[in-house]
Amino acid sequence: MEPLLVFPNPPPPELAQCLDLDGWSWKAVSDAEAAMAEEPDGGWAGAVVVADTDTEGAFALCRRLRKVEVPLQPLLLLVGGSQLDSLDLRDDLFDDFCLSPLRPTELQARIKHLFSRSGREVRPELVGYGPLALNLETYQAVIDGEPLDLTYMEYELLKFLAAHPGKVFTRETLLSRVWGYDYYGGARTVDVHIRRLRAKLGEEHASLIHTVRSVGYRFGQSRWGG
Amino acid sequence: METQDTGEADRGPGHEHRSRDQRDYVLRTVEERGVRLVRLWFTDVLGRHKSVAISPAELETVLDEGLQFDGSAIDGFSRVQESDVLARPDPSTFELLPWADPAEPSGTIFCNITNLDGTSFEGDPRQVLRRNVDRARQVGFEMFCAPEVEFFYFADAGPQPTPLDRASYFDLTTTDVASDLRKQTLHMLEALSIPVEYSFHEDGPSQHEIDLQYTDALTMADSVMTLRLAVKKIAMDRGVYATFMPKPLNGVQGSGMHTHLSLFRDGKNAFHDPDATDGLSTTARSFIAGLLRHAREITAVTNQLVNSYKRINEGYEAPRYVSWARNNRSALVRVPIPKLGKIESTRVEYRALDPACNPYLAFSVLLAAGLRGIEEELVLPAEAAVNLYDLSREEQRDLGVANLPHNLNEALDEMEASELVRHALGDHIFEWFLRNKRAEWNEYQRQVTTFELETYLPNW
Repeated sequence: MEPLLVFPNPPPPELAQCLDLDGWSWKAVSDAEAAMAEEPDGGWAGAVVVADTDTEGAFALCRRLRKVEVPLQPLLLLVGGSQLDSLDLRDDLFDDFCLSPLRPTELQARIKHLFSRSGREVRPELVGYGPLALNLETYQAVIDGEPLDLTYMEYELLKFLAAHPGKVFTRETLLSRVWGYDYYGGARTVDVHIRRLRAKLGEEHASLIHTVRSVGYRFGQSRWGG
Repeated sequence: METQDTGEADRGPGHEHRSRDQRDYVLRTVEERGVRLVRLWFTDVLGRHKSVAISPAELETVLDEGLQFDGSAIDGFSRVQESDVLARPDPSTFELLPWADPAEPSGTIFCNITNLDGTSFEGDPRQVLRRNVDRARQVGFEMFCAPEVEFFYFADAGPQPTPLDRASYFDLTTTDVASDLRKQTLHMLEALSIPVEYSFHEDGPSQHEIDLQYTDALTMADSVMTLRLAVKKIAMDRGVYATFMPKPLNGVQGSGMHTHLSLFRDGKNAFHDPDATDGLSTTARSFIAGLLRHAREITAVTNQLVNSYKRINEGYEAPRYVSWARNNRSALVRVPIPKLGKIESTRVEYRALDPACNPYLAFSVLLAAGLRGIEEELVLPAEAAVNLYDLSREEQRDLGVANLPHNLNEALDEMEASELVRHALGDHIFEWFLRNKRAEWNEYQRQVTTFELETYLPNW
């Protein structure tokens, strides 16, 4: 499935975490030009536009996405409670809206609903890389067809890494994207979990997770084949 | 006494969603893997493992509402008023038990204990540690622990311990049953998300050591509980007995649980200071000073058995004196010199603990003592350069080096007078622990020992 378009860039961390937790792939853009330039081959799957900080920029982007021959949909708008009057006369710019600060469960329910109405696939079901496969619906991971016994956080970390192969992440990024706010131990916790994951992947596959010296970690081959 | 924290403290906007997702993860895994039994794990005040098994059909309700049980059945849980409490599973700790019959998979999950109204239950050691960890977080610190757990394998649990082998340090023989046991144990621990740093044969006959890779204090206390269970279970399956009793044999060194401690602030090791000549930050120095100042008060918790003091008094690798040093294994607190370029591993090693402690309470008092040192900006006394084991009483007095308590009774006296330990443990556990341990000491005092019979009977 193609990624969701997210505005602004970077998006609020709680939005990023919420989308990650629900297994969406997404890409943040800072304006309409970036949205055009970075549009994936299959087109954007949909859009989540945050309007409570840069309201003008947000609506300008919505206009560019919707006032075209094939309007982008579904488009979910996030607005602050005091901004509801800014929605007047703009009904054609979005399909639904959600109040910020966001409640993750509400956001997910709305996205799910929008996608079901538009008849598109609700969410990606499988993440795979080489011998590894994760079923996001059943929370099960297998390697070489053998089930992996993981704790919840080990599963979440592996899911995030496997969904972004070849990309290098710092400990801080992993902490904010995978753990969010709910953890003990700070950035060192990432090292602890990587160590545990490698042990569970087994000797043969432990090297799927590379340590990138003085930066962080990378899953799978680097994009430059290293 | 903590009343608000239910173990579900809101840690940000993602929290509600995260806990629902964790719950779903557990339920789906139980379903997908055909789990037949889920064991709810918790710990009594003395650090003994408690387990209640429930069926998968009950799991969803128990995850949402907790499991009600009579707390008075558990040591240290009983109270004068109503005694029912709730075991609330912590879904982040859910694991499949690697030693379960593959045809009938079992899962395990650690629980927090709460009162029926959802407030945290003051008799639950896991919540005591959570509270102390939260106190450290409030001043910006995360504590990491890495214990070295020693234990013995004996032929059985009878009163005459029989070592399995007489192999010495680093000795490996293919016929060594114990080494096979150890290998299997390590495999199990890795499967239970408990990474092992080193494992090797110790000095004593049939004595072994497993060094765990550092992790945050709460996870580590859970890991120590799991490790003790795993070691005993695997030994039992092979028809031998594993014991964490601190000093099971005369004339042979006992089992300790030397524990490496470090504090991190904003992801950086707070014990390291690149500008200090010795690389040790003011934070580290005050932390050590705090450990030393309160060492005698916390010893009843780090060494809770009558038998614990037989290990301390005999010396070997066990510290007898309240002191610190860099490379002096007779000191109570050792500051290992980090390997070149490994400043992140700057840490202090507290050497009094033994593996029969309650890890939740022991880590709590260590953290509290160190933090108090930082809070009061205590100045670190001079390093103990000499081998303290060789000191005469006079030399010791001249150096101003205090002893650790000589026995449980002395340790309890120190603890009873300690505001720090009371604050760290909370009134309920503090008072229950003292009562229980006083009774243990009094019972011991009434025993006629083998020593007395052998020494006095022929002569008097």
